[in-house]
Amino acid sequence: MTEVKTKPRRNDGGLTAVVPDTAPPAVKRRRKPLTFDKVSFFAVFLGLPLAIYVLFVISPFAQAFYYSMTDWTGFSPTQNFTGLENYQRIFTDDIFMKAMGNNILLVIFLPIITIILSLVLATFVTVGGSSKGQIKGLRNSSFYRVVSFFPYTIPAIAIGIMWGQIYDPSGGLLNGILTSMGLEQFKSFAWLGDKNTAMIATMFVIVWGFIGFYMVLFVAGIKGIPAELFEAARIDGAGRFRTAVSITIPLIRDNIQTAYIYMGILALDAFVYMAALNSGGGPDNSTLVMAQQLFFTAFTKGQFGLASAMGVVLAVATLIFSGLVFLVNRLTGGDKDVSL
Amino acid sequence: MSTRTANQEMKSLHFNPRKPATTPGDKVVGAVSHSALTIWSLIVILPLLWTFMSSFKTSSEIFASPFALPSQWRFDNYIRAWSEAGIGSYFLNSVIVVGSALVIVMVLGAMCAYVLARYAFPGSKAIYYLMLAGLTFPIFLAMVPLFFILKNIGLLNTLPGLIITYVGFALPFTVFFLFSFFKSLPNEITEAAALDGAGQWRTFFQVMLPMAKPGLASVAIFNFLGLWNQFLIPVAINAAGPRVLSQGLAAFAGQMGYAVDFGALFAAVTVTVVPVLIVYVIFQRQLQGSVSQGTSK
Repeated sequence: MTEVKTKPRRNDGGLTAVVPDTAPPAVKRRRKPLTFDKVSFFAVFLGLPLAIYVLFVISPFAQAFYYSMTDWTGFSPTQNFTGLENYQRIFTDDIFMKAMGNNILLVIFLPIITIILSLVLATFVTVGGSSKGQIKGLRNSSFYRVVSFFPYTIPAIAIGIMWGQIYDPSGGLLNGILTSMGLEQFKSFAWLGDKNTAMIATMFVIVWGFIGFYMVLFVAGIKGIPAELFEAARIDGAGRFRTAVSITIPLIRDNIQTAYIYMGILALDAFVYMAALNSGGGPDNSTLVMAQQLFFTAFTKGQFGLASAMGVVLAVATLIFSGLVFLVNRLTGGDKDVSL
Repeated sequence: MSTRTANQEMKSLHFNPRKPATTPGDKVVGAVSHSALTIWSLIVILPLLWTFMSSFKTSSEIFASPFALPSQWRFDNYIRAWSEAGIGSYFLNSVIVVGSALVIVMVLGAMCAYVLARYAFPGSKAIYYLMLAGLTFPIFLAMVPLFFILKNIGLLNTLPGLIITYVGFALPFTVFFLFSFFKSLPNEITEAAALDGAGQWRTFFQVMLPMAKPGLASVAIFNFLGLWNQFLIPVAINAAGPRVLSQGLAAFAGQMGYAVDFGALFAAVTVTVVPVLIVYVIFQRQLQGSVSQGTSK
């Protein structure tokens, strides 16, 4: 702690030189002797949160990397260092590779479907109003916004259980609706029990849970765009579609990027939904995800080293995904033309 | 805000503010928008209504027809779910864990964000990135070592262990969000407080914290939802401890294969969903605002 407080005196100049725009103006404060007030302030304000954070978040992450290279079972006091053997085992394990394939499927489809649908709905809400006079949104749109946000307030496990019942072959809502519409072939169709539909049905549940949240996020983003821009586009003769594509989307690009990364990270996890809908991995492991396999390996089989290696693979996949999204956004001209 | 007032002025200038004429195109767009949004709203509401309705039915009624209203509005499903299935005690545990974790993380997170945003010292940037790293890494990676850390300090399968873990994992989001908020607060106020003789502690608690209220409210809402919905952490490190709601719900649904009591399951889901939904509807204005809340005050 003392180190933190004595250093600024020596390094003040160097620090501002390295990161000029990030150092807040407070850096210019007069140099006063360290008082008890200040010492206790730093110790509690920075030390306490950091201690908890390092102990319960950072150190487990760091340890996981080490454990992933051991044959630890959790019960033996010592563990042998096995290098990359666990990783070899993972990548030759058919079930884990299947799970990874399912995660990749989720990462490809979930963000894009969710974002497109929520963007469409957000556009309806914001530009559905009159094309004359003041730029305004659709009338009574706050009702839609409130309702759309409902799923986000429901615990994921409750969403999973609820949809598990809706998909129920005999007493579920979905088959009830379909048969009452005359589609008798769905009378006792097991949506989650058929390997062709289990994944699609599961994806629908996740999309259902998140469209509303991203719709609200995008609506907020669109409302943050100055109305003059829309008016100018209208005077220049741009229709609604053209406005949405050429004005709205480029200007809320950062929101879209954030949404894409969040949805992607969720798709790489997806544990809760899978556990609630098909806890065993689904027919032919068609909805098994890496996180489920990790959980099973660790807490049922007790192979903690192997499970940690799976965790590392999951983390690396997440980082690669986030990096890719940033890269694509940068390459396609993000950051540059987004200036308000 | 400013555009609206400008427009109102414009209107008052014209003595006869006429309503802009609606073109046929507008009507079509309006109709399409309304129908698309209505269909979506139905897709959201119907499953919820169906769950609510089914929570009053017996198992045989549920299987007889998914649509029929319950023959009578009976509450024994709720009573069974609340006491026999233990949803009542799980609910209480959730309130205790989420409530304590929320208070602690808001205080600690605000303090940490404040120091990082308003004081320059070597390593502040590094700490900030350390926080960011915690946001990007999947929680899954941490579960196995976390299990043993808690086991070693004797907090495995206890509510305090769960609380402190929740605090740790909610901290990066809290700091990240409040960082930009504290950064946007004007510097003059701190200086004024210092001139008036307020120490560091007093400046924070009596000047800065009250000013950050809107930001704090938004973060608190999101933290509450995130922690209330948390599933993985309790399942991993509290498997044998006093269950929280999400965990208990999953366990209850897991038993369903053996003892078919679907009415009670629907009641349990309803009990989980409805309180948060009601709170949301009451506070939805603040929440909708907080999604959009950036640096604007």
